[in-house]
Amino acid sequence: MTITEKILAAHSGRDKVSAGELINAKVDLILANDITAPISITEFKKIGAGNVFDKERVAFIPDHFAPQKDIKAAEQCKMLREFSREYDLSLYFEVGRMGVEHALLPEQGLVGPGDLVIGADSHTCTYGALGAFSTGVGSTDVASAMATGECWFKVPESMKFIYYGKLNRWVSGKDLILHTIGDIGVDGALYRAMEFEGEVIRLMSMSGRLTMCNMAIEAGGKNGIIVPDDITEGYVKGRAKRAYKFYASDKDAGYVEVKEYDCSKIPLTVSCPHLPSNTKPAAELSSVSIDQVVVGSCTNGRIEDIREAAEIIKGKKVSPNTRMIVIPATQQIYLQCVKEGLAEIFVNAEAVFSTPTCGPCLGGHMGILAKGEKAIATTNRNFVGRMGDPGSEVYLSNPAVAAASAVKGRIAIPEEVI
Amino acid sequence: MILKGKVWKFGDNIDTDAIIPARYLNTSDPVELAKHVMEDADKDFPSKVKAGDLIVADSNFGCGSSREHAPIALKAAGIQAVVARSFARIFYRNAFNIGLPIFESDDASVKISQGDVIEIDADGGVIRNITKGETYTAKPIPPFMQELISAGGLIEWTRKRIKAS
Repeated sequence: MTITEKILAAHSGRDKVSAGELINAKVDLILANDITAPISITEFKKIGAGNVFDKERVAFIPDHFAPQKDIKAAEQCKMLREFSREYDLSLYFEVGRMGVEHALLPEQGLVGPGDLVIGADSHTCTYGALGAFSTGVGSTDVASAMATGECWFKVPESMKFIYYGKLNRWVSGKDLILHTIGDIGVDGALYRAMEFEGEVIRLMSMSGRLTMCNMAIEAGGKNGIIVPDDITEGYVKGRAKRAYKFYASDKDAGYVEVKEYDCSKIPLTVSCPHLPSNTKPAAELSSVSIDQVVVGSCTNGRIEDIREAAEIIKGKKVSPNTRMIVIPATQQIYLQCVKEGLAEIFVNAEAVFSTPTCGPCLGGHMGILAKGEKAIATTNRNFVGRMGDPGSEVYLSNPAVAAASAVKGRIAIPEEVI
Repeated sequence: MILKGKVWKFGDNIDTDAIIPARYLNTSDPVELAKHVMEDADKDFPSKVKAGDLIVADSNFGCGSSREHAPIALKAAGIQAVVARSFARIFYRNAFNIGLPIFESDDASVKISQGDVIEIDADGGVIRNITKGETYTAKPIPPFMQELISAGGLIEWTRKRIKAS
Protein backbone atom coordinates (compact mmCIF):
# COMPACT_ATOMS: atom_id res chain seq x y z
CA MET A 1 0.00 0.00 0.00
CA THR A 2 1.00 3.65 -0.39
CA ILE A 3 1.33 5.90 2.63
CA THR A 4 -2.02 7.47 1.70
CA GLU A 5 -3.74 4.06 1.60
CA LYS A 6 -2.15 3.02 4.90
CA ILE A 7 -3.36 6.12 6.74
CA LEU A 8 -6.86 5.75 5.29
CA ALA A 9 -6.93 2.04 6.21
CA ALA A 10 -5.77 2.73 9.77
CA HIS A 11 -8.51 5.33 10.23
CA SER A 12 -11.28 3.13 8.86
CA GLY A 13 -10.46 0.08 10.96
CA ARG A 14 -9.28 -1.92 7.97
CA ASP A 15 -6.11 -3.86 7.23
CA LYS A 16 -6.16 -2.80 3.63
CA VAL A 17 -7.86 -0.35 1.31
CA SER A 18 -7.51 0.02 -2.45
CA ALA A 19 -7.87 2.92 -4.83
CA GLY A 20 -11.47 3.56 -5.82
CA GLU A 21 -13.04 2.14 -2.65
CA LEU A 22 -15.47 4.29 -0.69
CA ILE A 23 -14.72 4.30 3.00
CA ASN A 24 -15.90 5.99 6.15
CA ALA A 25 -12.89 7.09 8.20
CA LYS A 26 -12.29 8.65 11.61
CA VAL A 27 -10.77 12.11 11.53
CA ASP A 28 -8.09 13.37 13.94
CA LEU A 29 -8.75 17.05 13.39
CA ILE A 30 -11.33 19.20 11.62
CA LEU A 31 -10.80 22.84 10.72
CA ALA A 32 -12.79 25.67 9.21
CA ASN A 33 -12.26 29.41 8.82
CA ASP A 34 -14.35 32.57 8.94
CA ILE A 35 -15.66 32.03 5.39
CA THR A 36 -16.45 28.34 5.57
CA ALA A 37 -17.32 27.78 9.26
CA PRO A 38 -20.55 29.88 9.23
CA ILE A 39 -22.14 27.37 6.84
CA SER A 40 -20.74 24.46 8.88
CA ILE A 41 -22.25 25.93 12.05
CA THR A 42 -25.69 26.40 10.46
CA GLU A 43 -25.65 22.89 8.99
CA PHE A 44 -24.27 21.31 12.19
CA LYS A 45 -27.19 22.70 14.15
CA LYS A 46 -29.64 21.10 11.70
CA ILE A 47 -28.22 17.66 12.53
CA GLY A 48 -29.32 17.99 16.15
CA ALA A 49 -26.27 16.11 17.45
CA GLY A 50 -26.22 17.99 20.76
CA ASN A 51 -22.45 18.25 20.92
CA VAL A 52 -19.39 18.12 18.71
CA PHE A 53 -17.69 14.71 18.62
CA ASP A 54 -14.61 16.05 20.43
CA LYS A 55 -14.24 19.65 21.56
CA GLU A 56 -10.44 19.41 21.32
CA ARG A 57 -10.44 18.34 17.69
CA VAL A 58 -12.49 21.04 16.00
CA ALA A 59 -10.38 24.09 15.09
CA PHE A 60 -12.00 27.38 14.11
CA ILE A 61 -9.57 29.91 12.71
CA PRO A 62 -10.75 33.35 11.59
CA ASP A 63 -8.00 34.22 9.10
CA HIS A 64 -9.47 35.05 5.69
CA PHE A 65 -11.25 38.35 6.33
CA ALA A 66 -9.69 38.83 9.78
CA PRO A 67 -8.84 41.14 11.43
CA GLN A 68 -12.47 41.77 10.52
CA LYS A 69 -12.48 43.79 7.31
CA ASP A 70 -16.10 44.98 7.35
CA ILE A 71 -19.37 44.55 9.20
CA LYS A 72 -20.43 41.40 7.39
CA ALA A 73 -17.01 39.80 7.97
CA ALA A 74 -17.26 40.79 11.64
CA GLU A 75 -20.64 39.02 11.83
CA GLN A 76 -19.11 35.88 10.34
CA CYS A 77 -16.18 35.94 12.79
CA LYS A 78 -18.67 36.49 15.61
CA MET A 79 -20.47 33.28 14.65
CA LEU A 80 -17.21 31.32 15.07
CA ARG A 81 -16.46 32.99 18.40
CA GLU A 82 -19.93 32.41 19.83
CA PHE A 83 -20.11 28.80 18.65
CA SER A 84 -16.64 28.11 20.09
CA ARG A 85 -17.74 29.51 23.46
CA GLU A 86 -21.08 27.71 23.43
CA TYR A 87 -19.50 24.36 22.61
CA ASP A 88 -16.34 25.01 24.62
CA LEU A 89 -13.98 24.39 21.68
CA SER A 90 -10.35 24.47 22.81
CA LEU A 91 -9.01 25.30 19.33
CA TYR A 92 -10.54 28.68 18.59
CA PHE A 93 -7.92 31.24 17.62
CA GLU A 94 -8.90 34.84 18.23
CA VAL A 95 -7.31 37.73 16.33
CA GLY A 96 -3.98 38.27 18.07
CA ARG A 97 -3.54 34.54 18.53
CA MET A 98 -4.52 33.38 15.08
CA GLY A 99 -2.49 32.95 11.95
CA VAL A 100 -3.08 31.67 8.44
CA GLU A 101 -4.62 28.29 9.29
CA HIS A 102 -2.29 26.03 7.33
CA ALA A 103 0.81 27.71 8.75
CA LEU A 104 -0.63 27.89 12.26
CA LEU A 105 -1.72 24.27 12.83
CA PRO A 106 1.63 22.63 11.92
CA GLU A 107 3.54 25.33 13.85
CA GLN A 108 1.45 24.69 16.97
CA GLY A 109 1.88 20.92 16.68
CA LEU A 110 -1.87 20.42 16.22
CA VAL A 111 -1.42 18.24 13.13
CA GLY A 112 1.18 15.53 12.88
CA PRO A 113 2.47 12.48 11.00
CA GLY A 114 -0.11 9.76 10.43
CA ASP A 115 -3.06 12.07 11.12
CA LEU A 116 -6.19 12.17 9.04
CA VAL A 117 -7.26 15.81 8.79
CA ILE A 118 -10.13 17.45 6.93
CA GLY A 119 -10.70 21.16 6.58
CA ALA A 120 -13.23 23.39 4.91
CA ASP A 121 -10.45 25.00 2.95
CA SER A 122 -8.89 23.60 -0.18
CA HIS A 123 -5.31 24.12 1.03
CA THR A 124 -5.82 21.69 3.90
CA CYS A 125 -3.66 19.38 1.76
CA THR A 126 -0.63 21.27 3.20
CA TYR A 127 -0.14 18.88 6.16
CA GLY A 128 0.82 16.03 3.86
CA ALA A 129 4.31 17.50 4.28
CA LEU A 130 4.28 16.02 7.79
CA GLY A 131 3.28 12.59 6.53
CA ALA A 132 -0.41 13.10 7.28
CA PHE A 133 -3.40 12.48 5.02
CA SER A 134 -5.13 15.82 4.85
CA THR A 135 -7.60 17.15 2.35
CA GLY A 136 -10.00 19.98 1.71
CA VAL A 137 -13.72 19.36 1.88
CA GLY A 138 -16.83 21.52 1.96
CA SER A 139 -18.56 23.19 4.89
CA THR A 140 -21.28 20.55 4.98
CA ASP A 141 -18.69 17.75 5.14
CA VAL A 142 -17.19 19.56 8.12
CA ALA A 143 -20.61 19.93 9.75
CA SER A 144 -21.26 16.21 9.44
CA ALA A 145 -17.79 15.31 10.74
CA MET A 146 -18.20 17.72 13.67
CA ALA A 147 -21.17 15.59 14.73
CA THR A 148 -19.78 12.12 14.01
CA GLY A 149 -15.98 12.43 13.94
CA GLU A 150 -16.08 10.66 10.60
CA CYS A 151 -16.02 11.52 6.93
CA TRP A 152 -16.52 9.54 3.72
CA PHE A 153 -13.68 9.28 1.22
CA LYS A 154 -12.98 7.64 -2.07
CA VAL A 155 -9.51 6.11 -1.70
CA PRO A 156 -7.47 8.01 -4.29
CA GLU A 157 -5.10 6.54 -6.82
CA SER A 158 -1.56 7.68 -6.13
CA MET A 159 0.85 9.45 -8.46
CA LYS A 160 4.54 9.54 -7.61
CA PHE A 161 6.74 12.56 -8.30
CA ILE A 162 10.49 12.01 -8.02
CA TYR A 163 12.84 14.99 -7.82
CA TYR A 164 16.56 14.45 -8.32
CA GLY A 165 19.64 16.48 -9.24
CA LYS A 166 20.99 19.72 -7.82
CA LEU A 167 18.71 22.67 -7.25
CA ASN A 168 19.73 25.91 -8.90
CA ARG A 169 20.41 28.92 -6.65
CA TRP A 170 17.16 30.43 -5.25
CA VAL A 171 15.08 27.60 -6.69
CA SER A 172 12.83 26.25 -3.93
CA GLY A 173 9.86 24.01 -3.22
CA LYS A 174 7.63 26.69 -4.78
CA ASP A 175 9.44 26.48 -8.10
CA LEU A 176 9.29 22.67 -8.09
CA ILE A 177 5.57 22.59 -7.49
CA LEU A 178 4.83 25.36 -10.02
CA HIS A 179 6.98 23.52 -12.56
CA THR A 180 5.13 20.27 -11.80
CA ILE A 181 1.70 21.90 -12.18
CA GLY A 182 2.93 23.47 -15.41
CA ASP A 183 3.90 20.01 -16.59
CA ILE A 184 0.75 18.05 -15.64
CA GLY A 185 -1.88 20.81 -15.75
CA VAL A 186 -4.46 22.06 -13.27
CA ASP A 187 -6.34 18.76 -13.46
CA GLY A 188 -3.26 16.60 -13.99
CA ALA A 189 -3.71 14.91 -10.61
CA LEU A 190 -7.50 15.16 -10.39
CA TYR A 191 -8.87 13.02 -7.52
CA ARG A 192 -5.36 11.59 -6.97
CA ALA A 193 -2.81 11.54 -4.16
CA MET A 194 0.44 13.29 -5.12
CA GLU A 195 3.36 11.63 -3.36
CA PHE A 196 6.57 13.63 -3.54
CA GLU A 197 9.94 11.91 -3.11
CA GLY A 198 13.53 11.76 -4.29
CA GLU A 199 16.88 13.08 -3.11
CA VAL A 200 15.82 16.70 -3.44
CA ILE A 201 12.77 16.16 -1.22
CA ARG A 202 14.86 14.25 1.34
CA LEU A 203 17.12 17.31 1.69
CA MET A 204 14.30 19.84 1.60
CA SER A 205 13.34 21.78 4.74
CA MET A 206 9.87 21.34 6.23
CA SER A 207 9.03 24.83 4.99
CA GLY A 208 9.65 23.84 1.36
CA ARG A 209 7.76 20.59 1.82
CA LEU A 210 4.74 22.42 3.24
CA THR A 211 4.80 24.73 0.20
CA MET A 212 4.81 21.78 -2.20
CA CYS A 213 2.00 19.86 -0.52
CA ASN A 214 0.02 23.09 -0.14
CA MET A 215 -0.32 23.40 -3.91
CA ALA A 216 -1.34 19.78 -4.65
CA ILE A 217 -4.90 21.09 -4.99
CA GLU A 218 -3.72 23.37 -7.81
CA ALA A 219 -3.13 20.21 -9.88
CA GLY A 220 -6.54 18.88 -8.83
CA GLY A 221 -4.95 16.54 -6.26
CA LYS A 222 -6.85 15.17 -3.31
CA ASN A 223 -3.76 15.31 -1.12
CA GLY A 224 -0.05 15.93 -1.34
CA ILE A 225 2.11 13.72 0.83
CA ILE A 226 5.74 13.10 1.75
CA VAL A 227 6.88 10.01 3.65
CA PRO A 228 8.15 11.27 7.03
CA ASP A 229 11.86 11.11 7.85
CA ASP A 230 14.46 12.72 10.14
CA ILE A 231 13.52 16.21 8.96
CA THR A 232 9.90 15.47 9.87
CA GLU A 233 10.97 14.13 13.27
CA GLY A 234 13.07 17.25 13.86
CA TYR A 235 10.08 19.44 13.07
CA VAL A 236 7.41 17.66 15.12
CA LYS A 237 9.56 16.76 18.14
CA GLY A 238 8.74 19.05 21.02
CA ARG A 239 5.90 20.55 19.01
CA ALA A 240 3.35 17.74 18.63
CA LYS A 241 0.42 18.04 21.01
CA ARG A 242 -0.79 14.51 20.26
CA ALA A 243 0.87 11.14 19.64
CA TYR A 244 1.95 10.70 16.03
CA LYS A 245 2.90 7.80 13.83
CA PHE A 246 5.18 7.47 10.81
CA TYR A 247 3.84 5.57 7.81
CA ALA A 248 5.79 4.71 4.67
CA SER A 249 4.79 3.43 1.26
CA ASP A 250 5.57 -0.23 0.57
CA LYS A 251 8.15 -1.07 -2.09
CA ASP A 252 5.44 -2.78 -4.15
CA ALA A 253 2.84 -0.02 -3.66
CA GLY A 254 0.82 0.77 -6.78
CA TYR A 255 1.05 4.10 -8.59
CA VAL A 256 -1.00 5.07 -11.63
CA GLU A 257 1.79 7.30 -12.89
CA VAL A 258 5.37 8.16 -11.98
CA LYS A 259 6.93 11.48 -13.02
CA GLU A 260 10.61 12.27 -12.65
CA TYR A 261 12.19 15.70 -12.67
CA ASP A 262 15.84 16.62 -13.00
CA CYS A 263 15.93 19.66 -10.73
CA SER A 264 19.09 21.03 -12.31
CA LYS A 265 16.84 21.83 -15.29
CA ILE A 266 14.11 23.54 -13.27
CA PRO A 267 14.49 27.34 -13.42
CA LEU A 268 13.01 30.00 -11.15
CA THR A 269 9.42 29.58 -12.23
CA VAL A 270 6.47 31.95 -12.45
CA SER A 271 2.81 31.10 -13.14
CA CYS A 272 1.33 33.67 -15.48
CA PRO A 273 -2.34 34.74 -15.54
CA HIS A 274 -4.82 33.09 -15.22
CA LEU A 275 -3.93 29.54 -14.25
CA PRO A 276 -1.23 28.10 -11.95
CA SER A 277 -0.29 25.76 -14.82
CA ASN A 278 0.60 28.66 -17.11
CA THR A 279 4.27 28.58 -16.12
CA LYS A 280 7.28 30.32 -17.61
CA PRO A 281 10.89 30.80 -16.46
CA ALA A 282 11.03 34.00 -14.39
CA ALA A 283 14.01 35.17 -16.44
CA GLU A 284 11.82 35.37 -19.56
CA LEU A 285 9.30 37.74 -17.97
CA SER A 286 11.42 40.83 -17.38
CA SER A 287 9.12 42.95 -19.56
CA VAL A 288 6.18 42.48 -17.16
CA SER A 289 5.78 45.61 -15.01
CA ILE A 290 4.49 45.04 -11.48
CA ASP A 291 2.17 47.29 -9.44
CA GLN A 292 2.06 45.17 -6.29
CA VAL A 293 4.14 42.49 -4.63
CA VAL A 294 2.71 40.20 -1.94
CA VAL A 295 4.89 37.96 0.21
CA GLY A 296 2.91 35.72 2.55
CA SER A 297 0.00 33.21 2.63
CA CYS A 298 -0.31 29.55 3.59
CA THR A 299 1.96 28.78 0.66
CA ASN A 300 4.94 31.02 1.45
CA GLY A 301 4.37 32.97 4.66
CA ARG A 302 6.70 31.01 6.94
CA ILE A 303 9.85 32.42 8.55
CA GLU A 304 12.13 30.85 5.92
CA ASP A 305 10.11 32.59 3.18
CA ILE A 306 10.21 35.97 4.88
CA ARG A 307 13.96 35.62 5.52
CA GLU A 308 14.52 34.89 1.85
CA ALA A 309 12.60 37.98 0.75
CA ALA A 310 14.44 40.07 3.36
CA GLU A 311 17.82 38.84 2.16
CA ILE A 312 17.04 40.15 -1.32
CA ILE A 313 15.59 43.50 -0.31
CA LYS A 314 17.93 44.37 2.58
CA GLY A 315 19.37 47.83 2.11
CA LYS A 316 17.31 48.50 -1.01
CA LYS A 317 14.02 50.27 -1.67
CA VAL A 318 10.81 49.07 -3.25
CA SER A 319 10.57 50.57 -6.74
CA PRO A 320 8.67 53.90 -6.74
CA ASN A 321 6.19 52.40 -9.20
CA THR A 322 5.46 49.41 -7.00
CA ARG A 323 4.05 48.66 -3.56
CA MET A 324 5.14 45.68 -1.50
CA ILE A 325 3.09 43.94 1.20
CA VAL A 326 4.76 41.41 3.51
CA ILE A 327 2.48 39.26 5.67
CA PRO A 328 4.02 36.75 8.09
CA ALA A 329 1.58 33.86 8.34
CA THR A 330 1.38 33.60 12.14
CA GLN A 331 1.95 35.69 15.25
CA GLN A 332 4.98 33.56 16.13
CA ILE A 333 6.51 34.20 12.71
CA TYR A 334 5.69 37.90 13.03
CA LEU A 335 7.49 38.06 16.37
CA GLN A 336 10.44 36.14 14.97
CA CYS A 337 10.63 38.67 12.12
CA VAL A 338 10.74 41.50 14.65
CA LYS A 339 13.45 39.79 16.71
CA GLU A 340 15.61 39.02 13.68
CA GLY A 341 15.31 42.56 12.37
CA LEU A 342 13.40 41.48 9.27
CA ALA A 343 10.47 43.77 10.03
CA GLU A 344 12.92 46.68 10.09
CA ILE A 345 14.42 45.62 6.75
CA PHE A 346 11.00 45.73 5.09
CA VAL A 347 9.91 49.00 6.66
CA ASN A 348 13.25 50.59 5.67
CA ALA A 349 12.68 49.28 2.15
CA GLU A 350 9.32 51.08 2.25
CA ALA A 351 7.25 47.91 2.21
CA VAL A 352 4.14 47.24 4.30
CA PHE A 353 4.71 44.77 7.14
CA SER A 354 1.33 43.39 8.23
CA THR A 355 -0.33 41.34 10.91
CA PRO A 356 -1.20 37.76 9.81
CA THR A 357 -4.17 37.36 7.45
CA CYS A 358 -5.04 35.56 4.21
CA GLY A 359 -6.20 39.03 3.08
CA PRO A 360 -4.99 39.81 -0.43
CA CYS A 361 -4.41 36.20 -1.54
CA LEU A 362 -8.11 35.80 -2.24
CA GLY A 363 -8.90 39.44 -2.93
CA GLY A 364 -10.31 39.89 0.56
CA HIS A 365 -8.55 42.95 1.94
CA MET A 366 -5.09 44.39 2.70
CA GLY A 367 -4.02 44.91 -0.90
CA ILE A 368 -6.72 44.64 -3.55
CA LEU A 369 -5.87 45.24 -7.19
CA ALA A 370 -7.56 47.82 -9.41
CA LYS A 371 -8.50 47.16 -13.02
CA GLY A 372 -5.43 46.69 -15.19
CA GLU A 373 -3.02 46.27 -12.28
CA LYS A 374 -0.52 43.45 -12.12
CA ALA A 375 0.77 41.71 -9.01
CA ILE A 376 3.43 39.13 -8.33
CA ALA A 377 2.63 37.09 -5.25
CA THR A 378 3.98 34.14 -3.31
CA THR A 379 0.39 32.91 -3.01
CA ASN A 380 -1.21 29.94 -4.76
CA ARG A 381 -3.85 31.05 -7.25
CA ASN A 382 -3.96 33.48 -10.15
CA PHE A 383 -7.49 32.99 -11.45
CA VAL A 384 -9.37 35.90 -13.02
CA GLY A 385 -10.24 38.38 -10.26
CA ARG A 386 -8.43 36.41 -7.57
CA MET A 387 -6.77 39.46 -6.00
CA GLY A 388 -9.27 42.11 -6.96
CA ASP A 389 -10.82 43.51 -10.14
CA PRO A 390 -11.54 40.89 -12.82
CA GLY A 391 -9.35 43.03 -15.09
CA SER A 392 -6.29 42.65 -12.84
CA GLU A 393 -3.57 40.01 -13.17
CA VAL A 394 -1.64 37.84 -10.71
CA TYR A 395 1.71 36.15 -11.29
CA LEU A 396 2.83 33.47 -8.80
CA SER A 397 6.44 33.04 -7.69
CA ASN A 398 8.72 32.16 -4.81
CA PRO A 399 9.63 34.84 -2.20
CA ALA A 400 13.06 35.64 -3.71
CA VAL A 401 11.63 36.39 -7.16
CA ALA A 402 8.81 38.41 -5.57
CA ALA A 403 11.29 40.53 -3.58
CA ALA A 404 13.57 41.05 -6.58
CA SER A 405 10.52 42.15 -8.58
CA ALA A 406 9.62 44.66 -5.86
CA VAL A 407 13.04 46.29 -6.20
CA LYS A 408 12.90 46.43 -9.98
CA GLY A 409 9.19 47.26 -10.39
CA ARG A 410 8.99 44.45 -12.92
CA ILE A 411 9.41 40.69 -12.80
CA ALA A 412 13.06 40.10 -11.91
CA ILE A 413 15.33 37.34 -10.69
CA PRO A 414 17.48 37.69 -7.53
CA GLU A 415 20.75 37.94 -9.50
CA GLU A 416 19.55 41.24 -10.97
CA VAL A 417 19.40 42.95 -7.60
CA ILE A 418 22.01 41.27 -5.43
CA MET B 1 -36.41 13.09 -12.04
CA ILE B 2 -36.42 14.97 -15.36
CA LEU B 3 -34.49 18.24 -15.62
CA LYS B 4 -35.28 20.28 -18.70
CA GLY B 5 -33.96 23.71 -19.59
CA LYS B 6 -31.85 26.05 -21.67
CA VAL B 7 -28.08 25.70 -21.65
CA TRP B 8 -25.37 28.18 -20.78
CA LYS B 9 -22.09 26.89 -22.14
CA PHE B 10 -18.69 27.38 -20.47
CA GLY B 11 -15.16 26.15 -21.19
CA ASP B 12 -12.73 24.20 -19.07
CA ASN B 13 -11.24 24.97 -15.64
CA ILE B 14 -14.14 27.16 -14.49
CA ASP B 15 -12.80 27.91 -11.02
CA THR B 16 -14.75 28.69 -7.89
CA ASP B 17 -13.47 32.29 -7.96
CA ALA B 18 -15.26 32.63 -11.31
CA ILE B 19 -18.41 30.95 -9.98
CA ILE B 20 -18.52 33.18 -6.92
CA PRO B 21 -15.67 35.68 -6.38
CA ALA B 22 -14.19 35.73 -2.87
CA ARG B 23 -14.98 39.44 -2.55
CA TYR B 24 -18.61 38.43 -1.95
CA LEU B 25 -17.86 35.77 0.64
CA ASN B 26 -18.46 37.99 3.63
CA THR B 27 -21.92 36.43 3.55
CA SER B 28 -23.27 32.92 2.99
CA ASP B 29 -26.80 34.12 2.18
CA PRO B 30 -27.78 32.19 -0.99
CA VAL B 31 -29.85 35.10 -2.39
CA GLU B 32 -26.92 37.53 -2.03
CA LEU B 33 -24.49 35.02 -3.54
CA ALA B 34 -26.79 34.36 -6.50
CA LYS B 35 -26.62 38.06 -7.44
CA HIS B 36 -22.94 37.55 -8.36
CA VAL B 37 -22.93 34.02 -9.73
CA MET B 38 -20.43 33.41 -12.58
CA GLU B 39 -19.77 37.15 -12.64
CA ASP B 40 -16.04 36.88 -13.34
CA ALA B 41 -16.62 34.44 -16.20
CA ASP B 42 -19.46 36.52 -17.74
CA LYS B 43 -20.32 39.78 -15.99
CA ASP B 44 -23.91 39.82 -17.30
CA PHE B 45 -24.62 36.23 -16.27
CA PRO B 46 -26.50 37.06 -13.04
CA SER B 47 -29.01 39.18 -14.98
CA LYS B 48 -29.31 36.75 -17.91
CA VAL B 49 -29.72 33.46 -16.06
CA LYS B 50 -33.27 32.24 -15.48
CA ALA B 51 -34.63 29.71 -13.03
CA GLY B 52 -34.53 26.28 -14.63
CA ASP B 53 -31.48 26.94 -16.83
CA LEU B 54 -28.61 24.47 -16.98
CA ILE B 55 -24.84 24.82 -17.29
CA VAL B 56 -22.74 22.67 -19.60
CA ALA B 57 -18.97 22.99 -19.31
CA ASP B 58 -15.75 21.27 -20.28
CA SER B 59 -13.31 19.63 -17.87
CA ASN B 60 -12.40 20.40 -14.24
CA PHE B 61 -15.50 22.47 -13.44
CA GLY B 62 -15.32 24.02 -9.96
CA CYS B 63 -11.56 23.85 -9.49
CA GLY B 64 -9.83 25.92 -6.80
CA SER B 65 -11.30 26.84 -3.46
CA SER B 66 -13.42 24.52 -1.31
CA ARG B 67 -16.11 27.19 -0.94
CA GLU B 68 -19.53 25.59 -0.78
CA HIS B 69 -20.80 29.03 -1.70
CA ALA B 70 -20.11 28.04 -5.34
CA PRO B 71 -22.75 25.30 -5.73
CA ILE B 72 -25.00 27.26 -3.33
CA ALA B 73 -24.84 30.33 -5.61
CA LEU B 74 -25.57 28.25 -8.72
CA LYS B 75 -28.52 26.55 -7.06
CA ALA B 76 -29.91 29.81 -5.67
CA ALA B 77 -29.64 31.42 -9.13
CA GLY B 78 -31.99 28.71 -10.38
CA ILE B 79 -29.45 26.49 -12.16
CA GLN B 80 -31.07 23.03 -12.18
CA ALA B 81 -27.98 21.01 -12.92
CA VAL B 82 -24.41 21.20 -14.21
CA VAL B 83 -23.09 18.85 -16.89
CA ALA B 84 -19.32 18.74 -17.48
CA ARG B 85 -16.62 16.50 -18.85
CA SER B 86 -15.20 16.36 -15.30
CA PHE B 87 -15.53 18.13 -11.96
CA ALA B 88 -12.89 19.20 -9.45
CA ARG B 89 -13.23 16.87 -6.48
CA ILE B 90 -14.27 19.27 -3.71
CA PHE B 91 -16.92 20.84 -5.96
CA TYR B 92 -18.13 17.31 -6.75
CA ARG B 93 -18.56 16.51 -3.03
CA ASN B 94 -20.15 19.85 -2.30
CA ALA B 95 -22.70 19.54 -5.10
CA PHE B 96 -23.92 16.17 -3.82
CA ASN B 97 -23.83 17.33 -0.21
CA ILE B 98 -26.08 20.33 -0.87
CA GLY B 99 -28.27 18.74 -3.54
CA LEU B 100 -27.15 20.37 -6.80
CA PRO B 101 -27.45 17.66 -9.47
CA ILE B 102 -24.27 17.23 -11.53
CA PHE B 103 -23.51 14.88 -14.42
CA GLU B 104 -20.27 13.85 -16.10
CA SER B 105 -20.43 13.28 -19.86
CA ASP B 106 -17.72 13.71 -22.53
CA ASP B 107 -20.24 13.66 -25.37
CA ALA B 108 -22.66 16.12 -23.85
CA SER B 109 -19.80 18.46 -22.97
CA VAL B 110 -18.56 18.54 -26.56
CA LYS B 111 -21.81 18.46 -28.54
CA ILE B 112 -24.17 20.68 -26.60
CA SER B 113 -24.06 24.35 -27.66
CA GLN B 114 -24.99 27.59 -25.97
CA GLY B 115 -28.77 28.04 -26.02
CA ASP B 116 -29.62 24.38 -26.74
CA VAL B 117 -32.56 23.00 -24.81
CA ILE B 118 -31.70 19.74 -23.11
CA GLU B 119 -33.56 17.25 -20.96
CA ILE B 120 -31.76 15.12 -18.38
CA ASP B 121 -33.24 11.90 -17.08
CA ALA B 122 -31.39 11.98 -13.78
CA ASP B 123 -32.21 8.40 -12.81
CA GLY B 124 -31.32 6.85 -16.14
CA GLY B 125 -28.30 9.09 -16.76
CA VAL B 126 -29.56 10.03 -20.22
CA ILE B 127 -29.17 13.54 -21.62
CA ARG B 128 -31.40 14.44 -24.58
CA ASN B 129 -30.54 17.46 -26.72
CA ILE B 130 -33.99 18.59 -27.88
CA THR B 131 -32.60 21.36 -30.09
CA LYS B 132 -30.23 19.04 -31.98
CA GLY B 133 -32.17 15.78 -31.67
CA GLU B 134 -29.20 13.97 -30.09
CA THR B 135 -28.87 11.72 -27.04
CA TYR B 136 -25.84 11.37 -24.77
CA THR B 137 -25.03 9.16 -21.80
CA ALA B 138 -23.86 10.46 -18.45
CA LYS B 139 -21.48 8.46 -16.25
CA PRO B 140 -23.47 6.49 -13.67
CA ILE B 141 -23.76 8.12 -10.25
CA PRO B 142 -21.95 5.91 -7.68
CA PRO B 143 -24.35 4.05 -5.32
CA PHE B 144 -23.17 5.99 -2.26
CA MET B 145 -23.85 9.32 -3.94
CA GLN B 146 -27.31 8.03 -4.88
CA GLU B 147 -27.83 7.20 -1.21
CA LEU B 148 -26.93 10.80 -0.33
CA ILE B 149 -29.36 12.12 -2.94
CA SER B 150 -32.22 9.94 -1.71
CA ALA B 151 -31.51 10.94 1.88
CA GLY B 152 -31.85 14.59 0.82
CA GLY B 153 -28.18 15.55 1.18
CA LEU B 154 -25.37 14.82 3.64
CA ILE B 155 -26.94 16.55 6.64
CA GLU B 156 -30.12 14.50 6.42
CA TRP B 157 -28.04 11.36 5.82
CA THR B 158 -25.96 12.08 8.95
CA ARG B 159 -29.04 12.96 11.00
CA LYS B 160 -30.66 9.64 10.14
CA ARG B 161 -27.46 7.73 10.95
CA ILE B 162 -27.15 9.38 14.35
CA LYS B 163 -30.81 8.67 15.09
CA ALA B 164 -30.41 5.02 14.10
CA SER B 165 -27.32 4.43 16.22
